[in-house]
Amino acid sequence: MTDPTTGMSNPEPQAARKPPASSVGVLGWLRGNLFNGWFNSLLTILALYLLWQVVPPLFNWLFFDAIWANVPAEVCRENREGACWAFIRERYRLILFGTYPFDQQWRPLVGVLMLLAVIGFSCFRRFWRPWLGLVWLGALAIYLTLLGGGVFGLTPVRSDLWGGLPLTLLLAVVGIVVAFPLSLLLALGRRAENMPIVKAICVGYIELIRGVPLISLLFMASFMLPLFMPTGVTIDALIRAQVAIIVFVSSYLSEVIRGGLQALPRGQYEGAQAMGLTYWQMQRKIILPQAIKISIPPIVNTYLGMFKDTSLVAIVSLTDLLLATRQSFADPEWRQFFVEGYVFIACIYWSFCFFMSKYSQHLERALSTGHKT
Amino acid sequence: MSDTQGVTAEEKHCEAARRMPAPDNEAIIEMVDVNKWFGQFHVLKDINLAVNRKERIVVCGPSGSGKSTLIRCVNRLEEHQAGRIVVDGVELTNDIKKIEQIRREVGMVFQHFNLFPHLSVLENLTLGPIWVKKQPKADAEATAMRYLERVKIPEQANKYPGQLSGGQQQRVAIARSLCMNPKVMLFDEPTSALDPEMIKEVLDVMIELAETGMTMVVVTHEMGFARTVADRVIFMDGGEVIEQNHPEEFFHNPESERTKAFLSQILKH
Ligand SMILES: Nc1ncnc2c1ncn2[C@@H]1O[C@H](COP(=O)(O)OP(=O)(O)OP(=O)(O)O)[C@@H](O)[C@H]1O
Ligand SMILES: [Mg+2]
Repeated sequence: MTDPTTGMSNPEPQAARKPPASSVGVLGWLRGNLFNGWFNSLLTILALYLLWQVVPPLFNWLFFDAIWANVPAEVCRENREGACWAFIRERYRLILFGTYPFDQQWRPLVGVLMLLAVIGFSCFRRFWRPWLGLVWLGALAIYLTLLGGGVFGLTPVRSDLWGGLPLTLLLAVVGIVVAFPLSLLLALGRRAENMPIVKAICVGYIELIRGVPLISLLFMASFMLPLFMPTGVTIDALIRAQVAIIVFVSSYLSEVIRGGLQALPRGQYEGAQAMGLTYWQMQRKIILPQAIKISIPPIVNTYLGMFKDTSLVAIVSLTDLLLATRQSFADPEWRQFFVEGYVFIACIYWSFCFFMSKYSQHLERALSTGHKT
Repeated sequence: MSDTQGVTAEEKHCEAARRMPAPDNEAIIEMVDVNKWFGQFHVLKDINLAVNRKERIVVCGPSGSGKSTLIRCVNRLEEHQAGRIVVDGVELTNDIKKIEQIRREVGMVFQHFNLFPHLSVLENLTLGPIWVKKQPKADAEATAMRYLERVKIPEQANKYPGQLSGGQQQRVAIARSLCMNPKVMLFDEPTSALDPEMIKEVLDVMIELAETGMTMVVVTHEMGFARTVADRVIFMDGGEVIEQNHPEEFFHNPESERTKAFLSQILKH
């Protein structure tokens, strides 16, 4: 390096100096990000103004002017400024459990808590072992037994009475778990160039299902499937809706995974083949782990959409969380507080989605192994 | 044509003894009238080639002459359309069992390493032995560590490929193939994706490997390597084997004009 004063080469290494104060700290950040140039400053001021207009009234309505106590509906009707959370306190069991028999609602509650525990447990990678599949099978069996009853002295509860969050969770969780392996097979099948029939079936399935709205699949599953069934054989409405959801999601998911497969360099296949791995060993050990890893963001995207789309089962008269909430407005006493109801379940939907999103980000970081070769 | 039997006097290596007791002059790879097309494009034309056990062969030739295609046909990464390829007594057909059997015996090292980035170095090395050769994990790991020591990077065992330099990755790739205890090793331009200072570390490993008596088919432009290691140099151009000879003969008295032109190109600098 050259000394600027003498123009001579300076053999001493320079000591590190502090950056100028204007580029660090709160002030530096503000200047660099919010007030760099008149246009950005204008935008910042405009945004602050809008926030000032929106946020305080919203918080007042949600929290400060809201009625939190367990009061009758008349009291709420007099309070025009704030939300009426008394409505939720009054009706939360109807919202959360729908038409499930009131005195038996501990059963879906225990089921949901258990399911959440299993989900939480499965989030740890060190438990990703073959036995985890058995844990899941067991958990689902217990869940269905708890809800359906009829054994161990539990009163039988018909599945058309199941509702609310337990139903939504059942549809979503089974949808997620079953659609995943199905979509892997579809994605691999679609890429099986040397098996034209398998490939054609997969392409046909994916393109057919993807081109149809979920609502029409649900309708078809509910009203058309029975027409093809021999008389006397009926399939539970819940199962029909579940099948429609799985079929729908797997077609989307398989395309997401196919995208991941296509992103892998050919060398990965060749490296695996050259060492003598069979097709399935190669897929299982080399190709799919990498393809799934790079597809995590769009996979989660698909799952979030599907989680919220479970609310469409209302049209085939399954009382999911959304329909249960709407039914809770039926009482004329409380009818005007529907916004509170929607805010409440929005928070529930949001919590699950936020959890999925955060977990997927964590997973991406945990699975990252440095640069790609 | 296989008159240039490798002189491997220094047979200190134990693997040679463990291999099938076969006469030394028996060909392990035999290609008879092999032809291959990519669509209408005739890449390999009437290839006749035999590689003997313990022979070290260097394949060279201009870009696009079909060198990669030739060695990729040996383990069926490419399919040939006419002719016969027999590897260690097994003929390559569409029978997937036979293909897998041959791939178990033939190691391959690629220009771009093709390590598995989601697996650690050790897992890269033990994958084949555990899943293909059904070895117990502990044995596979012990073998893997032995080979990592042989390629001089045992301390990298628990890193991921993405954290290693190119030269280290290629040495891991060589170790990965060796862990399968192959009878033949194929190399497709193993040093041409490497920075100059890393080429030597990989070539050194390959030279040591040659000294242990491994049968090797190496596509490379490293003529120094060809001179020191090869028993036979094969020159390809336009999908044909133009010339094959001892390295000394090959470099000093090339027979064909095309070889001369190629050598003057490559030895110019
Ligand atoms: N999958 C393929 N489809 C069509 N053409 C191909 C394919 N692979 C290779 N080729 C062509 O076949 C010819 C021989 O390719 P090959 O890779 O064997 O050459 P090479 O001698 O290894 O060359 P290089 O020194 O550049 O690696 C080239 O002209 C190439 O373009
Ligand atoms: Mg090549």
